[in-house]
Amino acid sequence: MESQELPYVLIDCIGGKHGVYEDHIEFLEKHFHLISMKEYLENKKSLSEKIRAIYIWYHKPVINEELLQSLPNLKIVASSGVGIDHLDLRLLSSYGVKVANTPFAVSTDTADFGMALMLASSRRLVEGYQMAVSPDTEYFPADWLGAEVSGATLGIVGMGTIGYKVAQRAKAFEMKILYHNRNQRNKEDESAVGAVYCKKIDDLLQQSDFVLLAVTLTPQTHKLIGKKELELMKPTATLINISRGLVVDQDALVEALQKKIIKAAALDVTYPEPLPRDHPLLKLKNIIITPHIGSATKKTRRLMMENMTESIKAGLTGLPIPNEVLL
Amino acid sequence: MSCQLLPLRSSRAATGTSETIASYGHRCHRSPVDYRQRYKTYSAGEQTISASHTKVMAEDLPGVLILDIGGTHGVLENLAVLLKKHFHLITMKEFLENKKEMSKKIQSVFVFECRPTIDRELLESLPNLKVIGNSGVGVDHLDLKMISNFGVKVTNTPHAVADPTADMAMALMLASARRLVEGCQIAVSPDTKYFAVDWLGVEVTRATLGIIGMGSIGYKVAQRARAFNMKILYHNRNRRRKEEEEAVGAHYCEKMEDLLQQSDFVMLVVNLTPETHKLIGKKELGLMKPTATLINISRGAVIDQDALVEALQKKIIRAAALDVTHPEPLPRDHPLLRLNNIIITPHIGTATVQAIRMMAEEAIANMLAVLNGQPIPSEVFPK
Repeated sequence: MESQELPYVLIDCIGGKHGVYEDHIEFLEKHFHLISMKEYLENKKSLSEKIRAIYIWYHKPVINEELLQSLPNLKIVASSGVGIDHLDLRLLSSYGVKVANTPFAVSTDTADFGMALMLASSRRLVEGYQMAVSPDTEYFPADWLGAEVSGATLGIVGMGTIGYKVAQRAKAFEMKILYHNRNQRNKEDESAVGAVYCKKIDDLLQQSDFVLLAVTLTPQTHKLIGKKELELMKPTATLINISRGLVVDQDALVEALQKKIIKAAALDVTYPEPLPRDHPLLKLKNIIITPHIGSATKKTRRLMMENMTESIKAGLTGLPIPNEVLL
Repeated sequence: MSCQLLPLRSSRAATGTSETIASYGHRCHRSPVDYRQRYKTYSAGEQTISASHTKVMAEDLPGVLILDIGGTHGVLENLAVLLKKHFHLITMKEFLENKKEMSKKIQSVFVFECRPTIDRELLESLPNLKVIGNSGVGVDHLDLKMISNFGVKVTNTPHAVADPTADMAMALMLASARRLVEGCQIAVSPDTKYFAVDWLGVEVTRATLGIIGMGSIGYKVAQRARAFNMKILYHNRNRRRKEEEEAVGAHYCEKMEDLLQQSDFVMLVVNLTPETHKLIGKKELGLMKPTATLINISRGAVIDQDALVEALQKKIIRAAALDVTHPEPLPRDHPLLRLNNIIITPHIGTATVQAIRMMAEEAIANMLAVLNGQPIPSEVFPK
């Protein structure tokens, strides 16, 4: 009886490899009548006018013009995570549909993971683990060394919420922090983390021991790091990417790593994800790749779900929408 | 110098197992190397060059004994260069080939990665030995009482190790919590077709970190963890000053049990001593949260390894991350190597280019201070 009064929200599916988490359903069903894509397609005629929101969990369901045309009462889509490069914002806007994401929920976990990648890469943690457990290991050689994080120079490209949290963490390791951003941060923010602004990205690239990418993917940041940028980096430097795979020219990166133009890379994101199994990046020794797990913790995923719920409810009742993404 | 040869208490276990260590402080965690048998052969060319360049100068400098230069266990080449600035460098091979002449020249021993082994026989054959300069802060591989009975001082390098070891502790905690190693395996595995979205780790930010052993290294861990908004508990022989506690937001747990029960991450940063041997056993693991992670950057023998295996198998705790084990490396059939809720690294807490150099510099400064009768920065005394 109550579920008929709850707003109808379209989801892709529940459970399995990319569906909405089973343990989130109880909470969601308190607020929404969930319709899976399968149910919708089987019953388009009666459901299409009822659906007023879409809950996009890890880029599914995919929003295209056909779907928008068939949902005349769609008011809002909420997308998990902070990246919205998988959404056509103009198209959605043209249909009068609002968009919300979850920028704050992901920020601390992603900053933590940026630090995890930097530490793991510089201290050769994955290689070390392999040595420690390998059946062939007879002794630990004395001349096996990594590089220090404490006291090194970190260049943060993209000092938004996530980039700033990385800076806060890096400061405790007495790192020297440089940053490049569309806009310079205010003096208090800068001095709180001891960050020095580099108006030209080239200056940051030339001075950093670690270059960390924390930008949004936009037409301006597409292939931001290419051959030229990699060559400007120190040959002892490490590139860390926690933004989007397309921010880096992957072919240029392969070449730079093969020729030791830079020392190493640590990527939580690639293009595509996963990479084809024969991709040259997978064959390199001086790289760590992780399966886009920057925000992959139970608490954060739950918080994202709660944020999305809040955004949808606000969007459907005409209230100001938390975490709205504006064109 | 007269060496008082006092009655010796047993410092060598009859068998090789870690369980039967009589005075465990003197058994190195590294697999034993019989220095009499194994050393790298110097190339004749190298020897000639160094001899002709430094013969006159070297002989005036105090002699320092090292295991070897280069190879798998020897002092790194660039560290040998540093030592040669202040000492006449004598390798174990050179010493054994010419004991009569060399033994009197050796006033110091530079112990690098626990080698050479300092035993009674060696001490008896070095009448002018004044100091053993250890690279690294842990001295559990040295029989401090025995060495002291020979009138020889021991120094370590607490300053050089602190930052890199604290960094490694953070690296292990983050890698374990966020399942970084497993993630890498998935990302590169030939069988991977997609990345499952329900694959999750646990949070570090705002979690509770319990530091057992809040010396220099433990305190630096606390400083780093604070930037992650972690709640910090600590247990230590002595409580730190209020200002120090407040600077990192650390709460003192007089009883270790309280720390174990409340922590999401338990980190061991103690010295290995009789009191800390098997500090973490079945009881302590049972007190920890089932969602907790144990991190060890101290010494393998601080943990009862058999109890740890059981705790991990039965998911009594969530996971462990160990930079140190006993022995190192573990035997290849050890159950710890078969678990999937563990990260083990090959004792690389100070394995950085910068740290290795700084440790040598700190050891050299300590050894020179002893030989020159100056105040000694980091002397270690037997209990």
